[in-house]
Amino acid sequence: MKFDTVIIGGGLAGLTAGICLQEAGQKVAIVSAGQNAMYFFSGNFESVGPARERIAALFAAAGVRTNAADGLQLMPMGSFRPASLTLEDVTVYPEEHIAEKALIVNFTGFHDFYGTFIAEALEKAGTACRIRFVRLAEMEHLRTSPSEMRSVNIARLMDEHWEKVVADIRVLHKDEDLIILPQVFGLKDASVLDKIRTALPARVSFVGTMPPSVPGIRTQMLLRHRFELLGGMFLMGDTVTSGALHEGVVSSITTRNLDTARLFADHFILASGGYFSKGLATSPTKVYEPLFGLDIDYPENRSDWYREDFFQDQPYMDFGVKTDDRLHPLKDGEPVKNLFAIGSVLGNTRKEEYGTAAGLAIRSAFAAVDIIKGGNL
Amino acid sequence: MNLQEYTASAHNFEECMKCTVCTAYCPVVPVNPRYPGPKQAGPDGERLRLKDPYFFNQALKYCLNCKRCEVVCPSGVKVADIIQAARIKYDHSQPKLRDRMLASTDFMGRLARPFAPIVNGMTGLGATKVLLDATFAIDKHRSFPKYSGRSFEGWLGRRSREQAKFEKQVAYFHGCYVNYNNPQLGKDFVKVMNALGIGVQLLEKEKCCGVALIANGMSGKARKNAEHNVAAIKKAVDAGLNVLLTSSTCTLTMREEYPELLKVDNSGVRDSILLATRYIYQLLESGKATLKFKEGYRARIAYHTPCHLEKLGWGLFSCELLKLIPGVEFTMLDSNCCGISGTYGFKKENYEASQAIGKPLFDQIKSVNPDFVACDCETCKWQLEMSTGYTVKHPISILAEAIED
Repeated sequence: MKFDTVIIGGGLAGLTAGICLQEAGQKVAIVSAGQNAMYFFSGNFESVGPARERIAALFAAAGVRTNAADGLQLMPMGSFRPASLTLEDVTVYPEEHIAEKALIVNFTGFHDFYGTFIAEALEKAGTACRIRFVRLAEMEHLRTSPSEMRSVNIARLMDEHWEKVVADIRVLHKDEDLIILPQVFGLKDASVLDKIRTALPARVSFVGTMPPSVPGIRTQMLLRHRFELLGGMFLMGDTVTSGALHEGVVSSITTRNLDTARLFADHFILASGGYFSKGLATSPTKVYEPLFGLDIDYPENRSDWYREDFFQDQPYMDFGVKTDDRLHPLKDGEPVKNLFAIGSVLGNTRKEEYGTAAGLAIRSAFAAVDIIKGGNL
Repeated sequence: MNLQEYTASAHNFEECMKCTVCTAYCPVVPVNPRYPGPKQAGPDGERLRLKDPYFFNQALKYCLNCKRCEVVCPSGVKVADIIQAARIKYDHSQPKLRDRMLASTDFMGRLARPFAPIVNGMTGLGATKVLLDATFAIDKHRSFPKYSGRSFEGWLGRRSREQAKFEKQVAYFHGCYVNYNNPQLGKDFVKVMNALGIGVQLLEKEKCCGVALIANGMSGKARKNAEHNVAAIKKAVDAGLNVLLTSSTCTLTMREEYPELLKVDNSGVRDSILLATRYIYQLLESGKATLKFKEGYRARIAYHTPCHLEKLGWGLFSCELLKLIPGVEFTMLDSNCCGISGTYGFKKENYEASQAIGKPLFDQIKSVNPDFVACDCETCKWQLEMSTGYTVKHPISILAEAIED
């Protein structure tokens, strides 16, 4: 089967590239091996740099509302992280003193949201905190198996029963100027966020939970829907098993499900992610890119791959596929002319141009798309 | 040395890292509180069951075996296979008469066929539905699939000589549905294949693929059918034939469930068991055959990917084939289980869950408002027609009506 572009990886980078190319009239297929890092998305597009408006417009067209403001995001463990573009779920603050008094509300038995850590951190910045719990009869069945009391399962109930939670919180609320809730609202439809904000008597801040990320899942679904609506082919749960690479050009790939039916394309985009997504792999002696065996820069000595202090920046996070200045990955020192590497498979090799994390995924996708659209490889 | 070679379990449950993505995509979890969810029922429960079968939970029967958990799993865990294999291994309860009836699609078909007009009339009656509901717990909202008076097998058997005249040949595994309920789909398939210059043969004798038997706790019978079918298919494959199917579920069952769940070795024939749309698309793509389409054919089609086709990963062949028809306006519906899952939705205790699962899909179809819906699965067709009022056509039937006679 022949496409204009085949994208390997259905995460943020792959979907961004796929949507842009479909919008430009290309015929695109995305091969996605199960779910991806969107399920761990904090809702903060880190390091968006000069691409902020372009990203916001792309997401708006897919029905994902964003919040463009420079400031700080309150993280699940109570720390703060700089933000300039976030999903609408995230509130961005100008400083760490985010309120005089905060009411932190959690669900009884929900262990993926740490109110005490948040309270400790906020109190250091001068915000008095009170933690309270709510429980709904509709949630009781989740307790039969404690491992099912998870963000997604609560979010599914909240789409229907959010008004009951709001009523309970109104009873708990005293004079706080801020109410902090876990991000377990709006799995399918984000409009419930505004309804809750309007219905509560103080400002509301939704703070991230342990994975899976409810805003991340919603965003992934909306981006995929947008891609398919534009006519893109999303091959879910399939894995690329081999690529035909000869004389610096990829002609086709095979996948586990399609076996002998090869996917041909003029361009291929490698958006297969980092170590977690198996876009990069390691053995005791080497770091490698498993599909094409592309070049990766890393020290020979394994002890130079990491630092013993777990909390320091780890060198292995910098390893990634080497590319030329047009994002064509190198194989034995030579660029592969119709292949592009974008997103986490680059590691931190292109931090200066494209940033890190979500910013890297989207900005490197834009760069590859612009080269393909420009027709000048 | 690859250590995993020696430590991996049959359905690699130890690869699970508890990310809960499977639960997020399970269609049953949000509508049936009694179902523990795929993570708990699958990999989490498996480590307990391996310690002591006491931990087997009857609530595993609420699993649809739709395989959506496997499609989304980032670690390649065969979640649904773990659950179904546990049911086969640990559940020794006898299936109810109702479940035996629903599972025996071929037996019921043979029984009903000679009396088709009477049976169809009877099952269509409100009184019968109430009776079935009360005595067998088959939900009264369901319309029983109509039985056809003449089997497809007989129809094609009478045409075997003219089919043999084609230089190229394929074998067709029609399945119970085409044979007893919708022979027209089989006839459409023969029309399309003949237009491509290919004759269609029956297998020496086919039996029900067994999917409904597995779902209803009759794996012993399913295994017998599987052994029979693999042997019958092998004869066709040895004669140089591909075996084509129009049912995506029969295809998945014979390719994947035979070795994974029933432990029936299909390795010699698996690659020759193909969905018709895949075979036809690849044939047209290769340029070895062409189809002549009618002028002026117009249709606005919304395509629904059945869960088992999504698991096979072959939905793109059906979609691309439909897009080849001039005059087709194509819309891809969002990935969403329709809720029927074979015999599951026919059971009274599952009716409400079944309808709730499919609701987002029903709503989307109504808002897209196509001329008709396309889908490769017979039970999705029943569910979508009953729940939306839109006609659902198989891609092969659409092709048959779009090509010149």
